[in-house]
Amino acid sequence: MSSPAVTLPGTKLELGRVGESVPRVDGIPKVTGEFAYSSDLHAAGMLWGRTVRSPHAHARIASIDTSAATGMPGVHAVLTHSDVPGATHYGLEQADQPVLAIDRVRYFGEAVALVAAEEPEQARRAAAAIVVSYDPLPPLVDAEQASAHEALHPDHPDNVLRRLTIRHGDPEAEGDVSVEGFYEVGTQDQAFLGPESGLAIPDGEGGIDIYVATQWLHVDRDQVAPCLALEPDQVRIHLAGVGGAFGGREDLSMQIHGALLALRTSRPVKIVYGRDESFVGHIHRHPARIRAEHRANRDGKLVCVRMRILLDGGAYASSSTAVASNAASFACGPYAVANALIEATVVYTNNPPCGAMRGFGAVQTCFAGEAQMDRLAAALELDPVELRLRNALAPGDVLPTGQRLAGSLPVAEVIRRCAELPVPEPEELPRDPIRLPGGAGNVTRGEGVQRGVGFALGFKNLCYSEGFDDFCAARVQLAADGSAVVHCAAAEVGQGVTNVILQVARTELQTEDVRLAPHTTSTVGSAGSASASRMTWMAAGAVRLACEAALEERRRFGGGGGGVDVDVDVDVERIYRHPLTSPLDPQTGQITGERAHVAFACAAMRAVVEVDVELGLTRVVWVGTAQDVGKAINPQAVHGQIEGGTAQGLGLALMEEIQTRDGLITNASFTDYLIPTALDMPPVDAVLVEDPEPDAPYGVKGVGEPPTVVSTAAIASALRAATGRALPRVPVRPQDIAL
Amino acid sequence: MRIEVTVNSEAREVDVWGGESLLHTLRERLGLPGSKNACEQGECGSCSVLLDGKLVCACLVLGAQADGHEIVTVEGLGQEGQLHRVQEAFVETGAVQCGFCTPGLVMASVDLLERRPDPSDDEIREALSGNLCRCTGYAKIFEAVRLAAAR
Repeated sequence: MSSPAVTLPGTKLELGRVGESVPRVDGIPKVTGEFAYSSDLHAAGMLWGRTVRSPHAHARIASIDTSAATGMPGVHAVLTHSDVPGATHYGLEQADQPVLAIDRVRYFGEAVALVAAEEPEQARRAAAAIVVSYDPLPPLVDAEQASAHEALHPDHPDNVLRRLTIRHGDPEAEGDVSVEGFYEVGTQDQAFLGPESGLAIPDGEGGIDIYVATQWLHVDRDQVAPCLALEPDQVRIHLAGVGGAFGGREDLSMQIHGALLALRTSRPVKIVYGRDESFVGHIHRHPARIRAEHRANRDGKLVCVRMRILLDGGAYASSSTAVASNAASFACGPYAVANALIEATVVYTNNPPCGAMRGFGAVQTCFAGEAQMDRLAAALELDPVELRLRNALAPGDVLPTGQRLAGSLPVAEVIRRCAELPVPEPEELPRDPIRLPGGAGNVTRGEGVQRGVGFALGFKNLCYSEGFDDFCAARVQLAADGSAVVHCAAAEVGQGVTNVILQVARTELQTEDVRLAPHTTSTVGSAGSASASRMTWMAAGAVRLACEAALEERRRFGGGGGGVDVDVDVDVERIYRHPLTSPLDPQTGQITGERAHVAFACAAMRAVVEVDVELGLTRVVWVGTAQDVGKAINPQAVHGQIEGGTAQGLGLALMEEIQTRDGLITNASFTDYLIPTALDMPPVDAVLVEDPEPDAPYGVKGVGEPPTVVSTAAIASALRAATGRALPRVPVRPQDIAL
Repeated sequence: MRIEVTVNSEAREVDVWGGESLLHTLRERLGLPGSKNACEQGECGSCSVLLDGKLVCACLVLGAQADGHEIVTVEGLGQEGQLHRVQEAFVETGAVQCGFCTPGLVMASVDLLERRPDPSDDEIREALSGNLCRCTGYAKIFEAVRLAAAR
């Protein structure tokens, strides 16, 4: 990373070791506008690419006529599926998605053709001049009907992508009390602000350099190269500035398309999606339908949890099978349950494809499971916090998958610490309408306002699971002048992993003079994905390992002890792996080795809401949370993750939903797909519970996902307390409250 | 068509297409990509600039409409080698994560503090409610504005 042109007076940007709150190293270029995001890139002779997309959710392609577009002013290339030189399909888990649709489109917005032109407006007009003739087919839009519908993919005759059943103990075990519920979660969008974009530059020798906003450089390369019929080292992926990710940049967007156009025209090609295109340009959070039954004894101890989870995976696989596994794995919540029957199914439909989003399957089941725990507390006439404490998982307990909890998971501690936070006093009426539910849109004096307090608990896994070979490479170069350069392909998506890498290197090398080289596939091995709450753990592990190896190397070649100010150049690369996991048994959902998940993190949250029950308007007044963070490497950044993660959960609770009609998205804009604004967010009081993870470097845990997992459930709980309604579906709409 | 604009105190002449937004002119023709392209239809505030001292979304103004006018973008804040106090406060408080919304929020905060040097918390929230941020949950952005106001 280049040094900023200006410095920040009074702030020791250079001092930052593990455990210190330090400002972001990319903070200054980001506040001055210098920081180059993927949509800011420019190259001499650059063309603009444009994608032609399907207006149908399901159709046969009868013909594609590109002749008019080809001759239009400024147009240099028009490509369709027949121009893809290599593999015709790609995908994260299964290569089931066509680079460009071949004979059929399976979702609204599927890419069909490409154009490159001198000016973006010329590209837009040329794209509009391509005539695609479709024969519409009946779309499969109801996940419940998936198995009754004609197969969307030939290798999945029943349209089932994965079904996982976890049988634990005696699934028929009865308790004194039973509560049942049916819950629904709408389709949430990552809605990162930086649209999909990038620049592909041909190297003149048949290869290509792609500068793109992504979460995992190497997995992009491994999907792109086969489709271009190139060797992996002919495709170099470089991280451009990333305007947020949240899971939505795990799958490819413009990478192959830009490269195809650039290689065809021998010119650099830039593609930038507009906001409407971004809504169809990436996958979403799986919508879910969940049937749950919780059985408990009079003393409040859970006896048996039964849950059936149906996830709509949309038209292509993306990471759906792992999302289904997570939904099942965390269905019971962080509670000790002796008996369980959990069935998670994810199906193909003609709805928008779904994949990774912050919380990854655990959000949906936390919402359902925590609603059930509140119902159970009411049925047992127990305080909801007390009920959760009585069932809290503790080290040594066995999870429904048969995995014994070996590492850190301070469930009771986060419950207690959260419950201790003082809840703000009710605010008096009348008051400025900006502080009424609905804000300035509320036309009353607050007569219908009722207050409610809710509580929820959530957890999920850290790092990749189920036997995935999860590793991260880092490379450290020690120069003769005492400086050090670290190479690590860990994607900086805004979460602050750049600071983590530098803090670790400074701590281990005992020097301030450390620089992080640009993120690229060409100088260092894979870092794995900036997802699954894994990047801090994995990058810290890899960088520490590489630093230790570099110092050892220096010692072996006769350097003095202590610092790195010796006249020996050292260049070492090391790969870090966390303890091995193994798959779940496909029949029983039980572990086949010691563990299916390497570690876990939990969070408790209390939310205070006000609801205008006459108008159906809501206001989240306050959120208090205690989160299990292992060890906070940069406490300021950890608080930032908790506040931001809470906002996304609030969005799902109250406003965020991709709406479709017959598979067609009807709200692809920020006017119609609402995300929380400055007026929607309450203050968030967060307590960091530091209980080091024994297997992780410095005891760290990923911190990005737990707040998103728990906040939707906590806010829904508070809304129920305020309204007395069951509210089994999120987002909760005004008509769910006031009609 | 050719337009004359004063951008960040510098007189510039530039050829624009009549249908393009001021945002496109700034980003693609004047070499000022600091103003961001998150929605390009006035919903997110990421492209906020000052046009003759008024806060506007550059995506909702045509490049041609800026002919003869004065524009300040995020690149034009601060002095030589010195950040504007709002920029400084954003870095210090951790108000920046991915940073894509940051230029717009910095401009909106600068505009707010010009109008209201000592805003209340509600005034801050209202003034920034046209700028979407997806990463931070806004808490540290409010802290940054309070810090900048205190200085």
